Amino acid sequence: MELHELTVHELHEKLAGREVSAEELVSSFFSRINSLEPKLRAFLTITEEKALMRARETDKLGKYEGLDGIPFALKDIFCTRGIKTTCASKILENFVPTYDSTAGRRLEEQGGILLGKLNMDEFAMGSSTEHSAFYSTCNPWDLERVPGGSSGGSAAAVSAGETPFALGTDTGGSIRQPASYCGVVGLKPTYGRVSRWGVIAFASSLDQVGVFSKDVRDCAIVMSIIAGKDPLDSTSVELEVPDYSSFLDGNVRGMKIGYPREYFQQGVEESIKTAVMQALKKYEEMGAIIEEVSLPHSEYALPAYYLVAPAEASANLARFDGVRYGLRDFDAENVIDMFSRSRSQGFGNEVKRRIMLGTYALSSGYYDAYYLKALKVRRLIANDFEKVFNDYDLIVSPTAPSPAFKLGEQTGDPLTLYMNDILTVPVNMAGLPGMSIPCGLVNGLPVGMQLIGKAFDEGTLFKAAHAFEQNTDYHKMRPTLGVK
Amino acid sequence: MSKEFETVIGLEVHAELKTATKAFCSCTTTFGAEPNTQVCPVCSGFPGMLPVLNRKMVELAIRTGIALNSEIPEICKFDRKNYFYPDLPKAYQISQYDLPICQGGFLDIDVDGEQKRIGITRAHLEEDAGKLVHQGDITTTPFSLVDLNRSGVPLLEIVSEPEMRSAREARAYMEKLRSILLFAGVSDCKMQEGSLRCDANVSVRPVGQKEFGTRTETKNLNSFRSLERAIEYEVRRQIEAIEDGEKIVQETRTWDEEKQQTRSMRSKEEAHDYRYFPEPDLSPLKISREWIAAIASNMPELPVQARRRLVEEYALPEYDAAIITLSPDYLEFFDQCISIYNDAKIVSNWMMSELNRLLNQNNMEISDCRLKPADLAQLLKLIDDGSISGKMAKTVFEEMFKSGKKPELIIKEKGMALISDEATLISLIDGIIRNNTKVMEDYRNGKEKAFGFFVGQIMKVSKGQANPAVVNKLLKERLSQ
Amino acid sequence: MALTIKEVEHVALLARLELNADEKQTFAEQMGTILDYANRLNELDTDGIEPLSHILPVFNVLRDDEVKPGSPREEILSNAPLLEDQQYKVPKII
Repeated sequence: MELHELTVHELHEKLAGREVSAEELVSSFFSRINSLEPKLRAFLTITEEKALMRARETDKLGKYEGLDGIPFALKDIFCTRGIKTTCASKILENFVPTYDSTAGRRLEEQGGILLGKLNMDEFAMGSSTEHSAFYSTCNPWDLERVPGGSSGGSAAAVSAGETPFALGTDTGGSIRQPASYCGVVGLKPTYGRVSRWGVIAFASSLDQVGVFSKDVRDCAIVMSIIAGKDPLDSTSVELEVPDYSSFLDGNVRGMKIGYPREYFQQGVEESIKTAVMQALKKYEEMGAIIEEVSLPHSEYALPAYYLVAPAEASANLARFDGVRYGLRDFDAENVIDMFSRSRSQGFGNEVKRRIMLGTYALSSGYYDAYYLKALKVRRLIANDFEKVFNDYDLIVSPTAPSPAFKLGEQTGDPLTLYMNDILTVPVNMAGLPGMSIPCGLVNGLPVGMQLIGKAFDEGTLFKAAHAFEQNTDYHKMRPTLGVK
Repeated sequence: MSKEFETVIGLEVHAELKTATKAFCSCTTTFGAEPNTQVCPVCSGFPGMLPVLNRKMVELAIRTGIALNSEIPEICKFDRKNYFYPDLPKAYQISQYDLPICQGGFLDIDVDGEQKRIGITRAHLEEDAGKLVHQGDITTTPFSLVDLNRSGVPLLEIVSEPEMRSAREARAYMEKLRSILLFAGVSDCKMQEGSLRCDANVSVRPVGQKEFGTRTETKNLNSFRSLERAIEYEVRRQIEAIEDGEKIVQETRTWDEEKQQTRSMRSKEEAHDYRYFPEPDLSPLKISREWIAAIASNMPELPVQARRRLVEEYALPEYDAAIITLSPDYLEFFDQCISIYNDAKIVSNWMMSELNRLLNQNNMEISDCRLKPADLAQLLKLIDDGSISGKMAKTVFEEMFKSGKKPELIIKEKGMALISDEATLISLIDGIIRNNTKVMEDYRNGKEKAFGFFVGQIMKVSKGQANPAVVNKLLKERLSQ
Repeated sequence: MALTIKEVEHVALLARLELNADEKQTFAEQMGTILDYANRLNELDTDGIEPLSHILPVFNVLRDDEVKPGSPREEILSNAPLLEDQQYKVPKII
């Protein structure tokens, strides 16, 4: 097997066994990146020099513990000290943070080596990575298709073997949906499990940092490192972080799994339903108890989400005003024009649309009808999950209603695009952990299954996802990268 | 003021809370540093930065709430107030909208010997904005510069009910509020440095009318005097406008200290719509009754308690007690004096007359003063034992205030000590008697007035430095010999 | 139902976005469509439902009042588009 095909735990074995040096490993990933990027375009910034320097330092120390010598990449929404962080927006095209995100820093402290920054939809608003201000990323399984989004660069890079693992963020499905489209493991942890410090905010009450990896074990390894209280993030929770690897025992006997009937309606493609139902059968064979459940307010999650998230975004993105950093219009004669022109030149259409929508939903006269109403519906959605979790350990559903769509196919009507999030958004609204793992192929495209757990019970997700892997080979599928 | 109109005033006071660090980051709050040297990515509103709430800020607000008789609700939360301005780095201010930390409350003011209770609507926590530096005036400057040192400094905004009816009441409210904040130790209340700021909502209405008139909000009131003058001006302006048949426009105005007038701040017509919504980056606060009790039990003496103490322990008049308890430094000065010199009324008289006069003349706070309370006490003792006359003492006091020197030293340097030495005085007296044998005869023949003549002569010859008590005693002795 | 151009202009001013005529038209329609979709929430009776603004049952996350060094000035100002006298420079306000 080539190095780029290996998982984090396999690479670790090679390093620890002195079969390969960190420098050789990192170099091999850069050769992979350099050969694939012209057609894949998953990266926005490549930090080859810094990475090789760190690899050589690692080899000099000769210690290979934790993530020592293991390469990784970050969605370009994670601030990186001294390295451009653009959020795939023209407004931050030349922004160089003076600080690191907590999650990124923890990986580096454990010896991980940053390869570069990954493409995304501008400010994480989108489901296809076509809303990047710079370029679209292609799906490694079919270069004419989107990798999903907003963390499309992260999913594509892991899937194509450009990096062993990557971090992304998930506000309404931005990790799980691209993971599903690209056939990799994607975890959105419980809200509050991983620090958001240094991660450019989209919708603060929904955003959560998570992991893309080739298999569940890798995901558990990375989660054990990035999870946990951060004194710099008031919403990160003071709860002990278990060693997530300890959940990987392959045993789901007696586990109660519910599948919500609402998640198998609503325009979900038949082939996808079939793939997920087959996966559920697999669980049953493995000794789990499978039952249909109901989350009655599911259909209202999406309209509520498209009020709450833009409202928060309208405030979060107000700081991009051309004063302290970012794009600035120098011709404006007064400050109001300077603000308005800088922002209009700096933001793309989708971002403007959501800022407008959010501003409207919060504005005088509409707050109660839209924003407040959405917060009340959010409570109903959270209550739905709570009820089911009184009786069940896990909820399973499809991750996305369809496999990856074609580039340029869904750029017209925004509402159609928003429908891609219909199965992932409720999980963010309830703040729960959700994971997408590959569970099949439809016409040569990967299909993802979504596992939803109780708050702070990522352990059960790992347990169930790992057990599935032990009994299937979907996680070993690799994309063709356009080579037939 | 016109007879037919009644004035209605409500004040919004911003007090900077006395914390070492900012509201949501660990930058220092020290005043007066070089621009942009007390900042970090959080208070400069950089992408990906998150607020973490300062415990001290919350405790100081609770303390204020206790001092203002407010209710501290069990749950309060923070909200984002959205507006664009170059000194507001996040383009939203973290504030409290519908669930403030203090609800209701009151304080009592004294005007013309009458006590009046002024209601407090609420007090909420928020962060300060940065500072904009203009070239000259904001309306004419071609550009402005932004310094973010102040950005994120914790503030408590205290909103009164519209229950004041004159500029004097407003001033009394502001003075009382300041004294409470100072005594509670929650703010430095330095109006010049902006750590205590005040906006005045002013309206007028015909006497007897129930509804309020249209109000204006006047900003930039950075002294008690400007508060009083601005309100007086605004009341006059509004009454004149109404009498001329104009309508009062609800607007924000600013006080022009130079021209001594308020003027409209309206510029480009723009809708104010702050789009408040709950701050998702901060968890709500749950304030247990135990927490409040713990803070209450560590509460410093408040003005109302200090005032009672002065009246009960020292039998001071209410008026004196009210003035001495206007600031904790002032009270401290009094308490230190009184521990050395125990006639409270005399100390109070000196503080309210001489000391106050000099402080006002020099536009100084008592804390800036070089005069030590122990030295005032010493001066009062020197008057009592006849070392110095009451009149001279005032001169000495001025010098003490200016230089901080001890009274004995000043008296010595200026040769102001009274002559009490009997031998010196006897020779002086005998000389004068010798030169005025005729007058001495008159005295001995029962002419009482003659005694006064001798006293006058002795004072003249001694340039007023002969100790009158001793002179009286000795003169009687010598004249009867 | 589409928003009026006037409504779009008002929101754009609040959000500090300068939109051209085409953008105003497009946003008026698209926002209308999305808001129509959002109006489906009115099918639900939410009387007496507590709005959910903070998903975590966490309170009183507080920090001690201890000063830590801020950023070096040249570092924090390094991304600024326009500076004068170590301050951010902006065009006239009124």
